[in-house]
Amino acid sequence: MVNGIDLIFKIAGVGILVAVLNTILKQAGKEEQGHIVTLAGLAIVFIWVIQLLALLFDQVKSVFKLF
Amino acid sequence: MDVLQIVAIGLIATVLIVVVRSQRPELAVLLSVAAGVIIFLLVLGKISSIMDVIKELASSAGINMVYMGTILKIIGIAYIAEFGAQICRDAGEGTIASKIELAAKILIMVLAVPIVVAVLTMLIKLVP
Repeated sequence: MVNGIDLIFKIAGVGILVAVLNTILKQAGKEEQGHIVTLAGLAIVFIWVIQLLALLFDQVKSVFKLF
Repeated sequence: MDVLQIVAIGLIATVLIVVVRSQRPELAVLLSVAAGVIIFLLVLGKISSIMDVIKELASSAGINMVYMGTILKIIGIAYIAEFGAQICRDAGEGTIASKIELAAKILIMVLAVPIVVAVLTMLIKLVP
């Protein structure tokens, strides 16, 4: 599961990047662009996590014969 | 050495969550979801082999496979519901967590109805 720990690092990286960008944009007086950056980061991470959750649900369904 | 891998993933995820939470709490929630899913996916393969053994034992003991299937389904529902409820509670939404647990209980009851009916009909047959 190299893919797994990779995803955790990716999400944390997006989080830190968004925080830094937000701070910079706020310093430059561009609050609304900061909000957009936050929203974009959230959407990207959300898509990754949803895909992971779909994988989990599929596996649980096949292991426990839930249909 | 799967234990080492899982503990390492947990520790790394915890540190990263603490770092991210101070700035972006919503991403910290998603990070904890991802960590939980990854850890569970690592052990799911082992669970499936245990399930195979249990099924083999049940079939050699002559237990009806319908009942075994029901029990497996109940375990699966309980696990998934617990997972979702824990995440909701972690994010501070205790209300939604309670609703998830209630829904899971109802679904488990629906699955258990055939077993209860079988037990009751057997009792009625025994009592003259």
